[in-house]
Amino acid sequence: MSRILKTSILKNPPEVLKLWFSLRCLPVPLSVNMARPLPFKIAVVSTVLFVVCTDFVFCNSGRRVGDVMDTEFSGFSVPLEHSFEVADVAKFRVRGALMLKAGREPSVSLTQSQLSEEDRAKLKEVAAVDGLYRIRVPRVFLQADRQTERQMEGYLTAFVRACAMVESHLSDVISLHIDVSGYVIGVSIVTLPGACRGTEVEDEVDLEVFNTTLSVMAPVNAPGPETALFVERMEQESEKKGKNPQEQKSFFAKYWMYIVPLVLFLMMSGAQDQSGGGAAGGAANGGGR
Amino acid sequence: MKVEHVSNSFFLCDPSFTFIEVVYHSALQGAAPSNHYVRRKHVDFRLPPFLEEQTKATAAMAKLIWFCLKCILLCSTIEAVFEDQVGKFDWRQQYIGKVRFSHFDTHVQSSKKVLLATENNVFASINTRTGELFWRHVDMTGPEGNIDALLQHGQDAVLVVGDGRQLRSWDINIGGLNWEIVLDSGSFQSACLVGYQDTVKHVAVLKKTVISLHYLSNGHQKWIENLPESETVDFQAVYSGGNGEVYVLGVVPHSHIAIVAYSLDDGEIIKQVILTPWLSNIQASCVVIGQGMLTCVDSAAVSLYTLDLHVQSQMTQIPLQVPTTMKPKAFYFIKLPDVSSSLVWTGLNLTQWSSFLKKDDSVGYRAMVQTEDHTLTFIQQPGRVMWTREEALSDVVTMEMVDLPLTGTQAELEGEFGKKADGLLSMLLKRLSSQLILLQAWIAHLWKLFYDARKPRSLVKNDVTIENLSRDEFNLQKMMVMVTASGKLFGIDSKTGTILWRHYLDNIPSNAAFKLMVQRTTAHFPHPPQCTLLIKDKDTGLATLHVFNPIFGKKSHVTPPALLQPMLQSLMLPIMDQEYAKVLLLVDDQYKVSAFPSTKNVLQQLQEMASSIFFYLVDSNQGKLSGYRLRTDLSTELIWEIVMPTEVQRIVSVKGKRPNEHVHSQGRVMGDRSVLYKYLNPNLLAVVTESTDLHPERSFIGILLIDGVTGRIIHEAVQRKTRGPVHVVHSENWVVYEYWSTKSRRNEFSVIELYEGMELYNSTVFSSLDRPHAPQVLQQSYIFPSSISTMEATLTEKGITSRHLLIGLPSGGILSLPKMFLDPRRPEIMSEQSREENLIPYAPELLIRSEWFINYNQTVSRVRGIYTAPSGLESTCLVVAYGLDIYQTRVYPSKQFDVLKDDYDYMLISSVLFALFFATMISKRLAEVKLLNRAWR
Repeated sequence: MSRILKTSILKNPPEVLKLWFSLRCLPVPLSVNMARPLPFKIAVVSTVLFVVCTDFVFCNSGRRVGDVMDTEFSGFSVPLEHSFEVADVAKFRVRGALMLKAGREPSVSLTQSQLSEEDRAKLKEVAAVDGLYRIRVPRVFLQADRQTERQMEGYLTAFVRACAMVESHLSDVISLHIDVSGYVIGVSIVTLPGACRGTEVEDEVDLEVFNTTLSVMAPVNAPGPETALFVERMEQESEKKGKNPQEQKSFFAKYWMYIVPLVLFLMMSGAQDQSGGGAAGGAANGGGR
Repeated sequence: MKVEHVSNSFFLCDPSFTFIEVVYHSALQGAAPSNHYVRRKHVDFRLPPFLEEQTKATAAMAKLIWFCLKCILLCSTIEAVFEDQVGKFDWRQQYIGKVRFSHFDTHVQSSKKVLLATENNVFASINTRTGELFWRHVDMTGPEGNIDALLQHGQDAVLVVGDGRQLRSWDINIGGLNWEIVLDSGSFQSACLVGYQDTVKHVAVLKKTVISLHYLSNGHQKWIENLPESETVDFQAVYSGGNGEVYVLGVVPHSHIAIVAYSLDDGEIIKQVILTPWLSNIQASCVVIGQGMLTCVDSAAVSLYTLDLHVQSQMTQIPLQVPTTMKPKAFYFIKLPDVSSSLVWTGLNLTQWSSFLKKDDSVGYRAMVQTEDHTLTFIQQPGRVMWTREEALSDVVTMEMVDLPLTGTQAELEGEFGKKADGLLSMLLKRLSSQLILLQAWIAHLWKLFYDARKPRSLVKNDVTIENLSRDEFNLQKMMVMVTASGKLFGIDSKTGTILWRHYLDNIPSNAAFKLMVQRTTAHFPHPPQCTLLIKDKDTGLATLHVFNPIFGKKSHVTPPALLQPMLQSLMLPIMDQEYAKVLLLVDDQYKVSAFPSTKNVLQQLQEMASSIFFYLVDSNQGKLSGYRLRTDLSTELIWEIVMPTEVQRIVSVKGKRPNEHVHSQGRVMGDRSVLYKYLNPNLLAVVTESTDLHPERSFIGILLIDGVTGRIIHEAVQRKTRGPVHVVHSENWVVYEYWSTKSRRNEFSVIELYEGMELYNSTVFSSLDRPHAPQVLQQSYIFPSSISTMEATLTEKGITSRHLLIGLPSGGILSLPKMFLDPRRPEIMSEQSREENLIPYAPELLIRSEWFINYNQTVSRVRGIYTAPSGLESTCLVVAYGLDIYQTRVYPSKQFDVLKDDYDYMLISSVLFALFFATMISKRLAEVKLLNRAWR
């Protein structure tokens, strides 16, 4: 069940949103496994089987998710920082706290506060000069046992155009990419919609609350050559052929009894036509005289 | 290195005007069994009527058609060369590399062979008259195939290979192997032939601690002896004078020389110590000349020491007179076989002298000289250069193909458009005059054709020289600019393989990395084309620029900027200065950017575009990929960062797309007539990582698709239980990579394709900053029956032609594998729709068909790289494979759909036309007569 959901998340973002919104209403955001099955797409099938663990949790600012998290997770938290400056010199400030849960299926949630009046004005100002909105998270190792090992030197940064952030009313999709062993290797942020059309965002309320979709993306297991299925299919085919000798005969071998008389008939009739035509022509000529 | 233009429209067409390439097979129409043809259709097209009927045909008929289709599909992918086409469009040049040992074959007076063993582990025989290869043996690369010694006696040449692991004897006439034996392990020191009373029957091999004697006839060991005091004495040379004794010379550095003599019939005879406090290395400074005369040179004291090995008296010192003005750099010994004296040469640039020869009564000399640019020159006595071989070409590092310039008249015509308009009448006159010139040239051309046609074909020679170079009709002939590891640049005509210019760059560091960029093509007529070569010392990071004209090889008058800081990255921008030279950005280790050319105009353009110029840097030591954006003051700012933990995996390669690649169709037509749009992100990078853990159960390779502008990880996949080396090709919307599967112990191919889905997000402009939805990722893997050396994709002018992968195999073949076989949409179970789409059913193994080898029997040894370039014909792609050899050919991935075949029957077509014409005339006449007759009735 969860796999179906995950793939659809990867492949079909609009559906993700739909699903996401439906999930928002649920009291416990972790209940991803309750998602309804979605129809498979043939094109997607190949990748579906190999998705290991892509869990996906949302969070929002207006709700007291933090306390729910604390009880649910034995995880740890790292700061999510953001920066938007008119001068384009990165000055990172805390935007929220990422709660990370290590384990076989790592998951993440986010608690973040609202944008202050000052920040809103600044963000709009940055958007006006086509500045960047950057985020960063510290490098984290999810699989470590001790707290000290979990955090490492350095940060992972990503950016989006500030105008896109404004025009999407702070609805962003943040993904943390982890590698095979559980290190977070990259973070990415996109806004929905992603375009900057220059539309005026008048309503200050739109820029108050972050509407963030958060996910942890683990690497997909790439498929190897599908020998077993192929061999099975070949066996089936040969079996079928063995059972039904009619099948393996060629088209001509099967239908020769119909074709030969037909051809003979055509040849005969053709010859008749010619002679008949000649006779008729002769008759006509004769008639003409 | 990616440059992003938000404003630049990647897709030129609006989707409603998009054309999709569809390939039908003529079998469906019941036409003659010709090959497929390409037809362009509108996106929302419907089935042509004949196809619609076909779909309604009975199941049996459908099966038959499918069978025919399969046959034609298979036929259409066949690309073999006809026998008479051999060498018509392709050429191969074989090289041997930098010479280590050489031997003139002197046992027959008339012999014209010279034997060469090279640092590329090649053993070859060259014709001394022409410089061509008689035969060549290419051994394993690396230390296993390293040739340690070359000895020749009569018809046999004895080689010691792989640090004394193997002893081989070759027949020098035909290059066949006489015998091969494996020796005991031990560090090889020296080898020599051992003779007794004018007959040579043995070969002695000296190792660190033992000496062994082998029969020359079959390689069997006669005896093996341990060397005395081998812990303290460094035995370095072995010598035999033909008196039944084998002398082994050892040295204790700065102390003494130890000489041990063995009898041929086993046993130590004599041991003597001579004090020579200056000597540290026998092989470097001593040689045995004449009848056992050991001669050593002391370059510090500028004197010569001699010692008779048979008598073993004291060493005698002979002071040398060297002019004080000429400071000797190094000393070289030149052996004169028949003259009992030796010369000491104060060498300058000569690195290899080979041999001298006595001819008839008079003394004649011939010498083979190898210079530091790896050119092998053969000189006969009067100072005549017989031939030269450019062995630097055995180590091509990078190359580019540059269009040839237009002819003078064509350029004249082109130049007309470039000038400012100055009045209607003068323009008209100019046009008329240039057209008159064209007419004149055409008539001259016709006359030449007529004149040549009367001569026998063998006399007509089209010698390519640098003067008569000009672009041909279909731009099939280009200039290959090749950069070699020795620092020599070559300009080679792609049609014939003639070297048109060469240029040697001095002071190239031994570990230099090269990057060749075409700043200005030949398209901007009065301005000469311009190439820039970036030479970077890998250790210090310091770089220099060499700017030159790729057609003539001359250094450009443009002075490149001096680069004082170590360089991190260089990138070509599509913006041009007023003289149409593309701008080269150089990023130094302070993350400062400098531009070349850096005129005011360029700087202004850069300032305007700065916010849309992004680039990335890869630091594989720290596993860091970071993205930067240019600021208006030409400083940079870090905008994204991805860090791979180096303890888990390391970045082995980062592949972007080729900037000159065109994609014709934006989507693929599915079986149900809907369109699956490709995800065509020009900024996409394919990053390949390998695990640091090499255990077969835990090792893996990782594939990351990263947007080079935003740093967004589009896709992350792991291929478990595999290891490298990984070869990657990244093009259009797909990435193909090859790896070794440790689980199944075989080579496998995997293909990833990216699709946007059934509708495009923003069809007019592609911007990495505005693509919120991740693409659909499809992947499939296949078994490949061979390991591969290198891989590249074909490239054509407009991207209409289907793509092939060119795979260089270690066997020397170059395989042209249709991309069609590497398609993740290949279905496991055929459905009606996939049949409609002409998908090949999935089979886990990719078979190598012998018709797919584009180089038929022309083996290309040790292919290191394949370069593809589009030609003026859409169907044709020019291919150059380089390694030890260079091979150039043309490939036609979709066959030559835009060219009439060589054997096209003009006669038949024209006679049919005429016949029809006359038939209509006659029948018209007859009809008239008939009508008239009827009217009279």
